[in-house]
Amino acid sequence: MSRQPTPRAAAAYGAEEAFDPTTGPVVRFQNVGMRYGRAPEVLKDVGFTLPVGSFHFLTGPSGAGKSSLLKLIYLANRASRGTVQLFGHDVERVARADLPYLRRRIGVVFQEYRLLDHLPAFDNVALPLRIAGRKPQTYRDDIAELLTWVGLGHKMQAMPATLSGGEKQRLAIARAVVTQPELLLADEPTGNIDPEMSLKILRLFVELNRMGTTVLIATHDQDLVGRAGMPVLHLNEGRLSRKATRRAPEPAAPDYGPELGPEYEPEPDEPELGYDLGDEEGEA
Amino acid sequence: MSLSDAPGPRWRPAPLLPRDEEREVSLHFVVAVLCFLACLMAVGGVSADRAARGWARDLRGEATIQVRPRLGETGDEAAARAAEAVAGVRGVTEAAALEKQKAEALLEPWLGKAVLQDLPIPHLVTVRLDRAHPATATDLKKALDRAGVDADVDDHARWLKDVERSAGVVRWAVAILFSLTAAAAAAVIAFATRAGMAARRDVVEVLHLTGAKDAFIANLFQLRFARLAAVSGVFGAGAAAAVTALIELVGGGQGFTPALPLTWMDLLTVSPCPLVAATVAALSARLTTLRLLRGTL
Repeated sequence: MSRQPTPRAAAAYGAEEAFDPTTGPVVRFQNVGMRYGRAPEVLKDVGFTLPVGSFHFLTGPSGAGKSSLLKLIYLANRASRGTVQLFGHDVERVARADLPYLRRRIGVVFQEYRLLDHLPAFDNVALPLRIAGRKPQTYRDDIAELLTWVGLGHKMQAMPATLSGGEKQRLAIARAVVTQPELLLADEPTGNIDPEMSLKILRLFVELNRMGTTVLIATHDQDLVGRAGMPVLHLNEGRLSRKATRRAPEPAAPDYGPELGPEYEPEPDEPELGYDLGDEEGEA
Repeated sequence: MSLSDAPGPRWRPAPLLPRDEEREVSLHFVVAVLCFLACLMAVGGVSADRAARGWARDLRGEATIQVRPRLGETGDEAAARAAEAVAGVRGVTEAAALEKQKAEALLEPWLGKAVLQDLPIPHLVTVRLDRAHPATATDLKKALDRAGVDADVDDHARWLKDVERSAGVVRWAVAILFSLTAAAAAAVIAFATRAGMAARRDVVEVLHLTGAKDAFIANLFQLRFARLAAVSGVFGAGAAAAVTALIELVGGGQGFTPALPLTWMDLLTVSPCPLVAATVAALSARLTTLRLLRGTL
């Protein structure tokens, strides 16, 4: 799948600023507000940027607007006000016919999985590739390998209804990452899986991040956030109130492997993280 | 790493739209019935058109001359003279005086035998015209005038107009009924598509958010309902063909009635039904899907 917009799409976007695939930003929110119908705003004056190759957690209490913010990024909803830019393009100005091209650059792990119940696990993972027009023979082995990696190698032909919550979660993650998207969004991706598998999934995200994928993970799992040592965007009552870069607690942290936890350090050439927060608040 | 559960090299992705057996059985039945009715209408229309053409051809191929004998001349003599006069006219293939007994036999069912004896029976000449280049009433009248025969010529033009008008009405009626049936089928498919999209909103949303274009999603519904309608069309057309064949068999080689002459070739009339049904269903499903998707981001 091409990572660049088609010429037609690029022309239609009328991008205000050119999107540099090496610096981004991949996502930029400026004074974004969002409401459902006539209800009060669930997101208020949200502004931030996600540079290319960055890795962020999105935290906040239930109802803070985490899922709504993700929905704006994966183009399930529109902002009520403000500007949302994806890959350098103002989504309000992108022609509707070109939105699918933007969506294909984003992998999403939905909170409620959103697996297709009538398709076996293998076909669920193949879905984004089918939509992108890939021939089955070109991705069959890749999917088998990916499913094996997430621990579903023995359940490739299983129907989602027969899988446990954790298995469904891993299946949803496999589907989200199978295209090696430029931007990966995950809404509580470790909500239903055990700590060991949570860590494995996190390693996958980190690995994808190292390969250039920008990652944003909404989670309640403060333990995971703390151990990953990645910057945090915190939402509270619809406002992005602080940024933080958590570091794993040194003494009690179990061994999560060389990529994570205390040993994890950003790559030397990792781009500078940029923020555009109103009232930033650092956190140790 | 075990890939034992991985699909084989001949693996093909499963259909993206789940089957809804219960709904599809009902839909099959409704569409098959509509196809059946449409096919019967088509066969009936073809047959009625054939009957109307036959009547018109018969009327165009004949003329009737009513002769009034001169003083001292019998009706039979006058009719014979008239027949002789028009027999040589170009466009006439045969002219014959209708014998008095035959004329009485024609009128007897309407007037009764007793009354006929007291009534003056018209002296008639039946004229068969060349179907390719028939003589006109004017030609016949001129020939009769030249021969000194006092007569009126009836070329059946009045009846011909009525028959042609009736045939036109039948053709329009069949076309309108056929269109209404097709529209009903399209409406049923549109309703089913809407219901299918509502029932599988989860599938549509996932496809949509995973980057599927509207056309991709529309193709799924389009193919699903086109296949369904094609199968229903086969059943509907088959049933209509069976009924047509039964009518043909019951009616014998001459057709069921003179008003509805059927032929074995009429069975071919139903053959496009599956294709037409599939096309109508595909268009309806596609337009419905695209319209519904257009309301989303």
